[in-house]
Amino acid sequence: MKVGIVVFPGSNCDADTLEAFGALNGVDARLLWHKDTDLQGSDLVVLPGGFSYGDYLRSGAIARFAGIMESVRQFAEQGGYVLGICNGFQVLTEAGLLPGALLRNTSQLFISKDVYLQPVSRLAAMSKNLEGDRAYQIPIAHGEGRYYIDANGLRALEDGDQVMFRYVNAAGKRDETSNPNGSLADIAGICSPNGRVMGLMPHPERAVQSLLGLEDGRPLLEGLVHAMA
Amino acid sequence: MDSLPSSANPNGSPNSSPLPNDGLAQPTVETAVQLGLLPEEFEHIREILGRVPNFTELSIYSVMWSEHCSYKNSIKWLKTLPKDGEGMLAKAGEENAGLVDIGDGLACAFKIESHNHPSAIEPYQGAATGVGGINRDIFTMGARPIAQLNSLRFGNPNHPKTRWLMRGVVKGIGDYGNAFGIPTVGGEVFFDDSFQINPLVNAMSAGIVKHGQTVKALAEGPGNPVFIVGSRTGKDGIHGAAFASKDLGENAAEDLPSVQVGDPFQEKLLLEATLELIQTGHVVGMQDMGAAGIACSTSEMSAKGSCGMRIDLDKVPTRQARMQPWELLLSESQERMLVVGHKGYEKQIAEVFARWDLPCEQIGEVTEGPLLSYYDQGRLVAAVPAESLVLGGGAPVYERAYQEPVYQATIKAFDPTSVPVPGPNRDAMLPIMEHLASHPNLCSKGWVAQQYDDTIGTAYMGTRQPSDAALVLVRDTQKSLALTVDCNSRYVYADPHRGTAIAVAEAARNIVCSGARPMAVTNCLNFGNPYNPEVYWQFVGAIQGMSEACIALGTPVTGGNVSFYNQSSYEGPVMPSPVIGMLGILEDPTHQQTLDFKQEGDLLYLLGPVTDDLGSSQYLYTYRGLSHSPCPRLDLQEEKLLHQTLQDLTRRQLVLSMHDVSDGGLFLALLEGALHRGLGFDVQSSSGIRRDAFWFGEGQSRAVISVDPSEQYALEQCLSNSGLAYQSLGRVTAGSVHLDGVEFPGIQHWTDLYQNSLGRLMNNA
Repeated sequence: MKVGIVVFPGSNCDADTLEAFGALNGVDARLLWHKDTDLQGSDLVVLPGGFSYGDYLRSGAIARFAGIMESVRQFAEQGGYVLGICNGFQVLTEAGLLPGALLRNTSQLFISKDVYLQPVSRLAAMSKNLEGDRAYQIPIAHGEGRYYIDANGLRALEDGDQVMFRYVNAAGKRDETSNPNGSLADIAGICSPNGRVMGLMPHPERAVQSLLGLEDGRPLLEGLVHAMA
Repeated sequence: MDSLPSSANPNGSPNSSPLPNDGLAQPTVETAVQLGLLPEEFEHIREILGRVPNFTELSIYSVMWSEHCSYKNSIKWLKTLPKDGEGMLAKAGEENAGLVDIGDGLACAFKIESHNHPSAIEPYQGAATGVGGINRDIFTMGARPIAQLNSLRFGNPNHPKTRWLMRGVVKGIGDYGNAFGIPTVGGEVFFDDSFQINPLVNAMSAGIVKHGQTVKALAEGPGNPVFIVGSRTGKDGIHGAAFASKDLGENAAEDLPSVQVGDPFQEKLLLEATLELIQTGHVVGMQDMGAAGIACSTSEMSAKGSCGMRIDLDKVPTRQARMQPWELLLSESQERMLVVGHKGYEKQIAEVFARWDLPCEQIGEVTEGPLLSYYDQGRLVAAVPAESLVLGGGAPVYERAYQEPVYQATIKAFDPTSVPVPGPNRDAMLPIMEHLASHPNLCSKGWVAQQYDDTIGTAYMGTRQPSDAALVLVRDTQKSLALTVDCNSRYVYADPHRGTAIAVAEAARNIVCSGARPMAVTNCLNFGNPYNPEVYWQFVGAIQGMSEACIALGTPVTGGNVSFYNQSSYEGPVMPSPVIGMLGILEDPTHQQTLDFKQEGDLLYLLGPVTDDLGSSQYLYTYRGLSHSPCPRLDLQEEKLLHQTLQDLTRRQLVLSMHDVSDGGLFLALLEGALHRGLGFDVQSSSGIRRDAFWFGEGQSRAVISVDPSEQYALEQCLSNSGLAYQSLGRVTAGSVHLDGVEFPGIQHWTDLYQNSLGRLMNNA
């Protein structure tokens, strides 16, 4: 299986993402340059975290105009698998490939810490194979991660089983402390109606090494690859 | 007393060149003084040039001979620091950062630097550009940064101005470092009224480079092209180096244009492009542009290669039209590099930067020495010998007078018996414990740390496994770097010599307590005005103390930065703060040590000497309100014995946690060990020691360890053989806290105080 990771100017999680996917069985992971248009036969295109083009405007607002994004859009429309992590999620919403927007955290501060995720969607390729009653510990690191969508949009997401992950506490319950950034309905990640375009703010690719004391990200990446096989 | 080198330019005769003309009025000695030079320095420039410098030339000298670039008032003492040791690949001052062999064909480049003055008046940009500057120092050598740290000092945390400064500084560091994409893995934050006007912002970075792929900051080979790459040049930061070389006055805000503006996006592109460029093999030398911009990079690179340069200033890409030649030379616009390439490969060099959409312009070429000739539209505007400008060349070197400060008498008169000993009962002890656990100097800095990305790069081991030093994995090896920054300014104020030795000892202790081996030091020496003999006395003592401790502990000094003039014209100098950044190496990941207690029932031991030492403790300073007491005692042989014993325990894998006893004393060390897992402790003091000194004293060379009860015999055998003083303290509990049999509130109470006090203070706008 081929995984292509797009490098925008200002991407800074490309190397971590390449390493995490590259370590999975049967995965050939490679970097794709933002000025190219060829997705090199990728089965999954990943938009990694970072500060594309500096993110001095809204996060992701300029990256959607990058040369490669037209190919990504066509790929998604043809049923291809696309995953946006953190800044990649922001780019997907700016590009209209996923609904809603990511606003500044309610604290107005950048937040770097571990959170817990509950897999919700049985449709999204990343979450469908996960244990629904388990809380997956995954780090976040963002200043603009507060998911927002209007009431109709939220209803459509929930009716369409498009809520991929919600923030919960270590015990797997939603409470007043479990949502780190003020996201609407504790939403940490969503997917497209066909479950193949996915975006989430937390960084599963940063939670795959035993030496760092956290490997909860691996089932997320493996689950995705498994669902695509 | 002040001495200028007799003649810095014996062979270069500028008279042979056409006379430079910048079209500006000829400067006088008054102009020189306005630019921050001394009258005798102006005279010396005339001697070097054999004529009166024009304004552009004088501007170049004024920044190159500023304290910031020339180290003119510190270099004499800096040269006495111990620089030799195993694995040192670059001597201090030779390159942009220290370079240490870490095996596996790799080296670590690391350095700490100050950005105090800019942060005092524009905290966000000041701190951000400090982060940018230190990272450029690392990657200009060819090393990829893998970890950042910082050391911050602010005034009274209850003052709204302090909170404004702190919010800005922390956001500036976070926004820049997070976008640049390197984890911030450690640091310190310290509050004292002496930093009210003049906070200290020191940033450290460490990077990894393969042997043989390092790049030197020199120019050579006449005819080789000189490029400016990265951001366009604007009018920001002009005379920044000079601004950093004077006291902060009432009109400091008027120096706002001296503050540079940071762009981490450009820095990230510059990082990738320059590392890619180095791989092509077309680079002769490279230096980042920090203080004094083009003037500094061209002169330092030329002087180091004993050559000259011809530079066409009108070719420099600019942000605004009609910049004067002297403005182009002095601009401190960020995210720029000067690159000397091999002739014939101009196109290949330009292609790398085009790929990253970065400006890359050839602005001149290397020439036979010694002159730097700057042209504007074909007209020679300045011609100065490179050597005459630089540290180690023609820059002035001064010896400063020093004398013991008057306040030292108050410290010497301190009588510990005047401090009442608290009773053992809960009512007497609880207020002290609560004061310390919630004090901004001692409590968790989580409010700060949470704004820094520490998980990017998937290398920092401490996110879930806290240690005294930050352990950072080195890719493609079994090794980790161990990094820490340390300085207790109060100790240095009380005794610069011993206080600085303690900073070194504590840094090394932190590295040993993380399971690693201390290797080398970088330092950031933050002091007041060097022309004040009392300040200079602090500086000299600090250098001597650092030397003594670095020799004793085997950690040579690889370089660093001096920041004088940290004082306001009306509040006097800051507490002297020689911040020690230390690099260590963890060879074997199974030797990683963590500081958190692991389970109820484990045994707790205190290793190292127990004394009646209350000196300069946070307890005396703020709880008792005694601002003048001696520095805690330190015996470097005891310190070494502690390190050896801890390393032995690490090798034998006998302990479950290891944590040094430092600020706040034993009580804080126990609290920090317990609260990560919601555990508590039931511990006993030893008789014959003052109760407050035992729990809250900050005597040095001590550590707390926890062990599984099944290892008790093996541990005590090992400790008895070590010759190190030690004592059993008690046990880890499920969450209750007992001192000498007296029950105190449980760990939840202490966790709340420790974890949330700083956040409550900061959110209390």
